[in-house]
Amino acid sequence: MAVARVPVPVPEAVEAAPPSTLSRWLGATREFCRTRPLGAIGGGVIVVMFIVALFSPLLAPYDPEAVDFGAMLARPSLAHWLGTDAFGRDVLARLVFGSRTALMVGFGASVLGATLGAVLGVASAYFGGRIDLYLQRVMDIFLCFPLIILALALVAILGNSIPNLIMAIMVPMIPRSALVIRSSALAIREMPFVDAARAAGFGHARIVLRHMLPNVMAPYLIMLTAFLGQAVLAEASLSFLGLGVQEPTAAWGLMLRGAAVEFAETAPWMAVFPGLAISLSVFAFNLFGDSLRDALDPRLRTQ
Amino acid sequence: MARYILKRLLAMIPTLLGVAILIFLLLRVVPGDVVEARFMTQGSQFLSQELMDIERKKLGLDQPMWQQFTTWMGGLARLDFGVSMWTGGAIGEEIKLRFALSLQLALMASTIATLLAIPLGILAAVKQDTWVDYAVRVFSIAGLATPSFWLGIVFILLLLVVFHWLPPMIYTPFWQNPWENMKQLIWPALAVGYRYSAVATRMTRSAMLEVLREDYIRTARAKGLVQRLVLARHALKNAMLPVLTVIALEFAFLIGGLVVTEQVFNLNGLGLLFVQAVAHRDYTLIQALVMLVAGCFIVANFLMDVGYAWIDPRIRYR
Repeated sequence: MAVARVPVPVPEAVEAAPPSTLSRWLGATREFCRTRPLGAIGGGVIVVMFIVALFSPLLAPYDPEAVDFGAMLARPSLAHWLGTDAFGRDVLARLVFGSRTALMVGFGASVLGATLGAVLGVASAYFGGRIDLYLQRVMDIFLCFPLIILALALVAILGNSIPNLIMAIMVPMIPRSALVIRSSALAIREMPFVDAARAAGFGHARIVLRHMLPNVMAPYLIMLTAFLGQAVLAEASLSFLGLGVQEPTAAWGLMLRGAAVEFAETAPWMAVFPGLAISLSVFAFNLFGDSLRDALDPRLRTQ
Repeated sequence: MARYILKRLLAMIPTLLGVAILIFLLLRVVPGDVVEARFMTQGSQFLSQELMDIERKKLGLDQPMWQQFTTWMGGLARLDFGVSMWTGGAIGEEIKLRFALSLQLALMASTIATLLAIPLGILAAVKQDTWVDYAVRVFSIAGLATPSFWLGIVFILLLLVVFHWLPPMIYTPFWQNPWENMKQLIWPALAVGYRYSAVATRMTRSAMLEVLREDYIRTARAKGLVQRLVLARHALKNAMLPVLTVIALEFAFLIGGLVVTEQVFNLNGLGLLFVQAVAHRDYTLIQALVMLVAGCFIVANFLMDVGYAWIDPRIRYR
């Protein structure tokens, strides 16, 4: 069953706007929720996360960075629903504000990584020949590093502000995205509309960006959603190691660092809740991504 | 076959060289080095340009880049990783000390992952779209979502609360006291193994699903073979290739994946060494470890390619 329709690789589908984009999207969304309940649940959690991140100052009961030595390691109570940490900071408030860090780094890194990878992948497929060969070689080299190792090395070099963190997590994603998108783009290069565009005298940049890129939307979205969870996990890992987001900024991985393990027995809430937040959000991204892939990837539709 | 192996072997060289150039340049492009990092920890009263220059000279950081690179490459060719810029100790020794621990952990984690993943994946594929399938899929997506370091913390927490017991914090080599060694390493292995199994379970499930649709499975069923034999003799054998690929590749990456988990369990393995090296900007050590991880990955890839070609003769002639 076709759910969200993949842009059909004919010129009309790309060049001319469909009658009503909004109604088409609404219809596709409704269809997606009906046929893929697990994916819809994931999507719902993501929407809730966004709302929490947007309205953090309204939702958080306390200032996430306010130190209160009178309430150090307080148990969960009516005053502090999820307890406090070793500095007397409210765990719930830090969780709420931590969603901002997670989403910012997660989306920043995966959107940039997937997009740059897509541009490189499409260009590589379009130009072919020597450029393609050299680009592939470089990508192969980057692919020899596990994501976290490359990100760690980059953080060591760049330093650990949030923009640098986004950079560090984005770079290892580029070759992974380029690899997948290139293989889709290879098929599109052979389409007559690309020849038509070339015959019309369009420049390379225009053909790659306006004609080929929109047609690799399906694999792009699949990569993007897969990256989201990985990026959130990578940020949490780096922050946990003390090489990511720095105190006193609220970040989930950072909340698990140091005191959370030290006081595991007396104040388990410090260790449990941030981990739950990381798992739940990555779980939601993966659930949504998986369903989206099933919906968009025609090869899997019959399964 | 020999020609194919030789060709693949030669193809490894430019990739390894590329990895070396990449990490070498990355570390030197941006300002700030080990000398600055060390003086920073000692307090700024010692910070003088002359002292720093003397230190740099000692470490060979004053030489032009190409000279530093060729020195390093010359050492690597003789399997000599050089000395750590931070401690001054031989890197080969530092790595040797920790390699056994990380390797044992990686082996244990992959054993756990394989034992979990293959039965679960088969079960999910055979019972496709039933609650069993959904349960397995949710279990494996959850495995991908749970950071292994947090799982480690939760294990420690549960052991403390339920059994009032903590895994030993001091490492005992396996051959000295296997029981003591296991008591310490089984928890990080479980934490890492769960995540690892999630990847393998998903691969097993989809590979089995693909194979189960093949004609020869229908033939096997049609001739009256019982389900157990169809699965064991016909389906599993053909579905295993991609699964083993994933397990092998993940194993090569595991040395890196242990970075965070070792921190939780206070294990002095390669991962911890890498984090320290990054914090100290210990160029030579970072380079050595990165080359080791990338090398493991490239060799695993090579072995897999050769294995594929050996199993499937069509590949050799491409």
